[in-house]
Amino acid sequence: MSLLEVRDLQVHFETDDGVVKAVDGISFDVERGETLGIVGESGCGKSVANMTILGLTRSPVTRISGRILFEGGDLAQASSDELRTVRGNDIAMIFQDPLTSLHPFYKVGRQLVEAILTHQEISKKAARKRAVELLGLVGIPDGERRIDEYPHEFSGGMRQRVMMAMALVNDPKILIADEPTTALDVTIQAQILALVERLQEQFGMAVILITHDLGVIAESADNVAVMYAGRIVERGTLDQIFYDPQHPYTWGLLGSLARPDRPRVKRLSQIQGQPPSLLAPPEGCHFRPRCPHEFAKCPQVPGLEVRGGEPGHADRCWLSPEQKRTLRVIEAGRIGLEVPAA
Amino acid sequence: MARYIARRVLWGVALLVIVSAVVFVLFYVFPSADPAKLRAGRTANPQLIEQIREQLHLDDPIYVQFWDYMKGVFLHFDFGRSFTSQADVRTIILDRLPATALLVAGSVVIWLMIGLPVGIISAVMRRSLLDRSTMIITLAFISAPVFWLGLVALYLFAQDVGLIHIFPGIGSYLSADTFLAKCESMLLPWMVLAAATAAIYARYLRSSMIDTMSEDYIRTARAKGLPERDVVLRHGVRSAITPIVTLLGLDVGLLLAGNAILTETVFNIPGVGQQIVLSIRRSDLPMIQGIVLFGAFFIIIFNLIVDILYAYLDPRVRYQ
Amino acid sequence: MKEAATQAAQAPGTVGADGALVEVRDLVKHFPIKTGIIFDHEVGRVRAVDGVSFDVAEGETLGLVGESGCGKSTLCRTILQLLEPTSGSVHFDGSEIVGLRGRKLQPLRREMQMIFQDPYASLNPRKRVGQIVGDPLKLHGLASGPELKRQVHELLERVGLGAEHYNRFPHEFSGGQRQRIGIARALALRPKLIIADEPVSALDVSIQAQIINLLDDLQDDFKLTYIFVAHDLGVIRHVSDRIAVMYLGKIVEIGPAEEVYSNPIHPYTLSLLASLPIPDPKENRAREPMVLEGDVPSPANPPAACRFHTRCPYATEICSEVEPQLVHHGHGHWAACHHPLNREHPEAVSAALPRV
Repeated sequence: MSLLEVRDLQVHFETDDGVVKAVDGISFDVERGETLGIVGESGCGKSVANMTILGLTRSPVTRISGRILFEGGDLAQASSDELRTVRGNDIAMIFQDPLTSLHPFYKVGRQLVEAILTHQEISKKAARKRAVELLGLVGIPDGERRIDEYPHEFSGGMRQRVMMAMALVNDPKILIADEPTTALDVTIQAQILALVERLQEQFGMAVILITHDLGVIAESADNVAVMYAGRIVERGTLDQIFYDPQHPYTWGLLGSLARPDRPRVKRLSQIQGQPPSLLAPPEGCHFRPRCPHEFAKCPQVPGLEVRGGEPGHADRCWLSPEQKRTLRVIEAGRIGLEVPAA
Repeated sequence: MARYIARRVLWGVALLVIVSAVVFVLFYVFPSADPAKLRAGRTANPQLIEQIREQLHLDDPIYVQFWDYMKGVFLHFDFGRSFTSQADVRTIILDRLPATALLVAGSVVIWLMIGLPVGIISAVMRRSLLDRSTMIITLAFISAPVFWLGLVALYLFAQDVGLIHIFPGIGSYLSADTFLAKCESMLLPWMVLAAATAAIYARYLRSSMIDTMSEDYIRTARAKGLPERDVVLRHGVRSAITPIVTLLGLDVGLLLAGNAILTETVFNIPGVGQQIVLSIRRSDLPMIQGIVLFGAFFIIIFNLIVDILYAYLDPRVRYQ
Repeated sequence: MKEAATQAAQAPGTVGADGALVEVRDLVKHFPIKTGIIFDHEVGRVRAVDGVSFDVAEGETLGLVGESGCGKSTLCRTILQLLEPTSGSVHFDGSEIVGLRGRKLQPLRREMQMIFQDPYASLNPRKRVGQIVGDPLKLHGLASGPELKRQVHELLERVGLGAEHYNRFPHEFSGGQRQRIGIARALALRPKLIIADEPVSALDVSIQAQIINLLDDLQDDFKLTYIFVAHDLGVIRHVSDRIAVMYLGKIVEIGPAEEVYSNPIHPYTLSLLASLPIPDPKENRAREPMVLEGDVPSPANPPAACRFHTRCPYATEICSEVEPQLVHHGHGHWAACHHPLNREHPEAVSAALPRV
């Protein structure tokens, strides 16, 4: 039994212009101790889907359907009180911009202690002690002193460490990290990713890593789900996605990267057009308008199925596995894929 | 922090000096009429006017007058004598201050107690029926001129002339002897003065809250599992309230400076605002000038308090 | 031959006696930190750009890479004279431009333009696209009326937008399209030099490729010279002919793009390359991690001598005492380091770099 099972999750927002289908039926599992990387560009629904796990998208205009199974209960149906016992406790979330994600008027220590005391019945003194302990764990030296400082007195990387400390105070089983390094410099990013890995081992927790950066995914993830326009278009292990990608969008993503580990190309291969509006997405496969391999069957919605690859490696593309292999071989020269052993 | 405060205090003092100088220029260099004539009043004749001119040193060079004036204000707190009553300007103002202060104090309490919760609740329950109706009601109170509100209130609720005899009416302050009675007499004026201001604060806090509640740290607070009430109050209101504090300081300073003219006139409250009206009618220059200076003092003091409070509320400001 | 080599060795990144469109020498831009009770007095300086020299040849793309606080954005604005340099000189097309004011600066603006990072903040939301792109032409008196409209239409089409977008407002466009509008605006005056300050950082990956390809096409058609600033090393390597690496206000390494990538000399350059996550899981696993400790020091208080010595795994005593100068290491590749990696630690380089 997986730690977290998401089944057919749909999140729709009712707006004045119509219904925005931010998440249009996604399913995935998270196992204990693993890192699931969810990769996709802005608007694909990755943030909305994961915020919905914690019920953070609930509002009068939100329509949520599907199941989010965690520890024997369905979070999608849980009451606000039940969700509150899970948030910051069993499942914790950190966000992209650590400067705006911490309250500017409260000292860091106070915000950490608040996170502890919300879920643990201990004394303020004990909570403070735990907070200092965690600051040390995430690599902030001089915790006793820095705990009484304000967020703006920390640098970007340090702030993200504080956010992580705050997320870990109650030993969560799952850490959801939404673009945790996007706002950071590349050398600091490396530090933070290394830290997440170390803490994951130490705490034995699962991590859902949300990012648009395929390099970060390659560095940190065990399993990967590629999202496009509200759907998961491909899902598999890290090696499967990078070395045997099945969906044209995944090919496009891999191909459009300027890769420092390949010889220089004259021109970057690009995906034509733009991501669709979620108010009126294309009928059938959402990637149709931009896909160079569209054919007659595409107006039907392709299900997320294993289509002849390894078990667990599913995709949403009607092309047969042979066609995919051929087309991708053509593209291999362009997108630098190793031709897979037939 | 200390440097921040020191800087503000010094600027405050400098401002006071500049305001005094400007007042001097306005009243001594550009008077609307000859001060001596005004001082002489009805019984004017050339000799009397001449006498007064000497008495008031009006023929001295300007810089001498200016220096005497500044010395008087800053060293002796002497603002001269009223043209109409011959009494000390300072004494008159200080006599009238308690009434204005009581009016302001009570109003502040009422408008905060009403305006703030309304603003918060409207923001949290945005677009609900409650929110939409409060927005309309507040608009009504903001648009209604305060003297109209006052007169309507008296018409409806005054004990002597109103339809429903609840609150003490016009002039009741003057006839009140105990503090409690004075407060009672202030009930209607408090509510009238508070009405428009509560409405403004409610709207202001509502929009400030709406901005604040969409900030990332609110999302973090929820993600931590905090009960919604804590999220709204401890994280949301705590941020949204800071511009209100600034506003409050300005409002109180202005009101103490005599801005409650209309309310005091309608309800016949012997405060600083009423005195302004009287003094202007009688062209009582020293009186007007004294009130302006007092007013500047209050506004500067309250601005200073607000600036310091702001640094206390928003730690980022202290490091500038 | 020898003479040319000596001449080339004179200034870092020099491309020779002629052919340099932009010559920057010892450019300095400091921002004073003032404090005080009544009167402000200077208590320190943010040394954003602290003595930078390089050339940019006509038609080439110079990539400028570095992390936040390194001064690359300030450098760009100072070169364009949007900020007044504290000291130093900038020659554009043979003449000195530092110190020019007002009317004398006006013709310069036609030759140098800038593309900004944030496509959401760099376009005036109250103006229509046609106006945004056409205003530069109007301001310089180059076109008006129907001719203006025609030129704007042409520009819009050239950047991949349609003439029908002329009357729309910025908020009606996506990030990638807005960046195209910004590019059209920069092209309007047919400049010689375009400084692109992180033009694709705020865009999605699939759109980044489109914009990069567009800039590439435009460079050929319009005979442009680019100074391309980015923090994404993959992008920088793709677009640049030469690369300059900045750290805390100074250039620590400069040279041909492939050279800098495959043979980094300065440890900071190596750390940038080593921290870059590569979209290839096996490669990532095979690499030797090189994670730098600590944060970037503040540019108001840079470390003494070599600015990188506080975080450098190879630092020794001399690094905190004597500031290293840019030294030529052959093939037009310069670096400022007392322990150049190619000489002293070649194995570290091959362990940490992605294998091409």
